[in-house]
Amino acid sequence: MKVSAQIIIDAVLDTLYMVSISLFFGAILGFILGITLVVTRKGHILENKLFFSIVNPIVNTLRSIPFIILLVAIIPFTRLIVGTAIGTTAAIVPLILHIGPYISRLIENSLLEVDEGIIEAAKAMGASPFQIIRKFLLPEAFPSLILSVTTATIGLIGATAMAGAVGGGGLGDVALTYGYQRFDNVTILVTVVILVVLVQIIQSIGNSFERKLRRVS
Amino acid sequence: MIEFIETTKEFQVGQSTVKALNHINLTVQKGDIFGVIGFSGAGKSTLIRTVNLLEEPTAGQVLVNGINLTSLSKKQLREEKKKIGMIFQHFNLLNSKTVFENVAMPLELAGTQKTIIESQVSEVLAFVGLEDKANRYIDELSGGQKQRVGIARALVTKPKILLCDEATSALDPQTTKSILELLKRVNIEFSITILMITHEMEVIRDICNRVAVMENGQIIEEGNVLDIFSAPKEDTTKNFVQSVVRDDIPLSIYEQLKENNGSKRVYNMKFIGVDVGQPVVSQVAKRFNVDVNVLFGNITELQGIPFGHLIVELVGPKAEIQKAFLYIQHKNIQMEEVSAHEGERANHYRRSVGYAVHG
Repeated sequence: MKVSAQIIIDAVLDTLYMVSISLFFGAILGFILGITLVVTRKGHILENKLFFSIVNPIVNTLRSIPFIILLVAIIPFTRLIVGTAIGTTAAIVPLILHIGPYISRLIENSLLEVDEGIIEAAKAMGASPFQIIRKFLLPEAFPSLILSVTTATIGLIGATAMAGAVGGGGLGDVALTYGYQRFDNVTILVTVVILVVLVQIIQSIGNSFERKLRRVS
Repeated sequence: MIEFIETTKEFQVGQSTVKALNHINLTVQKGDIFGVIGFSGAGKSTLIRTVNLLEEPTAGQVLVNGINLTSLSKKQLREEKKKIGMIFQHFNLLNSKTVFENVAMPLELAGTQKTIIESQVSEVLAFVGLEDKANRYIDELSGGQKQRVGIARALVTKPKILLCDEATSALDPQTTKSILELLKRVNIEFSITILMITHEMEVIRDICNRVAVMENGQIIEEGNVLDIFSAPKEDTTKNFVQSVVRDDIPLSIYEQLKENNGSKRVYNMKFIGVDVGQPVVSQVAKRFNVDVNVLFGNITELQGIPFGHLIVELVGPKAEIQKAFLYIQHKNIQMEEVSAHEGERANHYRRSVGYAVHG
């Protein structure tokens, strides 16, 4: 292996940094969009045809752009937000725009799984739309939301690897610049193993959390 | 208490308009246990949902305590909804929360103080008999227990009205009975007016004092439960009454009649809201020179009053049978002779009823 352990450790930290920051903001964006997509749809508590017909295509559009293209396409926007178009921080902007709409679809699905009768009971109690979301929809969908976020996190790890293309740093970057371009198969292997372990850990945490919430032993 | 005035609800289904409620006029009095019965698709679900505006009528009004809820502001509406509890066929409880948290929910939404929530929730849980299950989760309970939680949740805001949407349809007969008894206690102990919809005539028989029969978005018959059971007018009503009070005569009795046409005569005695406590049968046997054999009987109780029919065979001289017949009629018991050729007609009737019930 032609890279030092320090480079690998730094790359892992960079990956975790990109994943956590973009997951945080992406999840906020995803929750807002996902909840909006559910409650403004036809027959739901805040039915709003106009709003739905604007948000829905935007989410679809962002979802349909491959990440590697999104990464390059929004460089001016990225520069506007964080002042630079290269480096780890610069990679976070497209990562958020990529993962946010993805999370919103997952959240939409989780919330739609909640039995309509629950919403009916909430309405009968005189709950406001905000209370229905906060006290009924989100708690009932919580275990399923945890799984959604877990899936999104793993998707995000994959996306950060591509951030290497804009000099984003992280494990993907190391695999590309040291492994692929310098024919260092050992480095590629090491980064892949680390990624696999990372995904395994995140998936198990997500699963055990979800099982605990559903009180399945 | 609840007044439906020309209440109409139309749904747009594709190109056509479906009238789920077609000019409903109905009044539920304070203290009633009012049952609305009908086949699925009759519109009864929509009807009960207009009371707390889960469905808004497209025309006409629904007055609750004289107030038209559609005229209220959102805040006022929330206040009024606290006076209307509702329970559901599938309970609609939150699986993510404990029994206590589920029951506390309506109070929590209203921003009630923690200490008050605690005392009120314990009170209703004790009333429904689930005080020891407060910290259990919903999926750990049986169907009957779930409905008890539903009832506790509906009662915790101390409502004046309880709406029951097929509340026992997902329960087995034994559990249905215990839930109905609980609802009766709710009605008596808290003087809560109950409006319930169901497709089971047993439910109407067991606890309702008034009943309305719905078909195609309209009320086709309405009245006192005793009156409807004793003299149903519409075919649908007759079918429903037949489903719990079988007043048809078993075929075996017709067979017997065909065989002997001597000194035996068979009568159908109908007890409708009369005191069956008086020993009519034995009195007849003592007073007149006739033997009385009970061939078949079906007596049930409606609001504490026996209701049903007995098929008896009177054996003896013609004149004595005639005297006995008049004597029984004098006791306010309807008495009809059963003749052999009636059996043919009865067969046809039963077949058509069968189709109506299953189709």
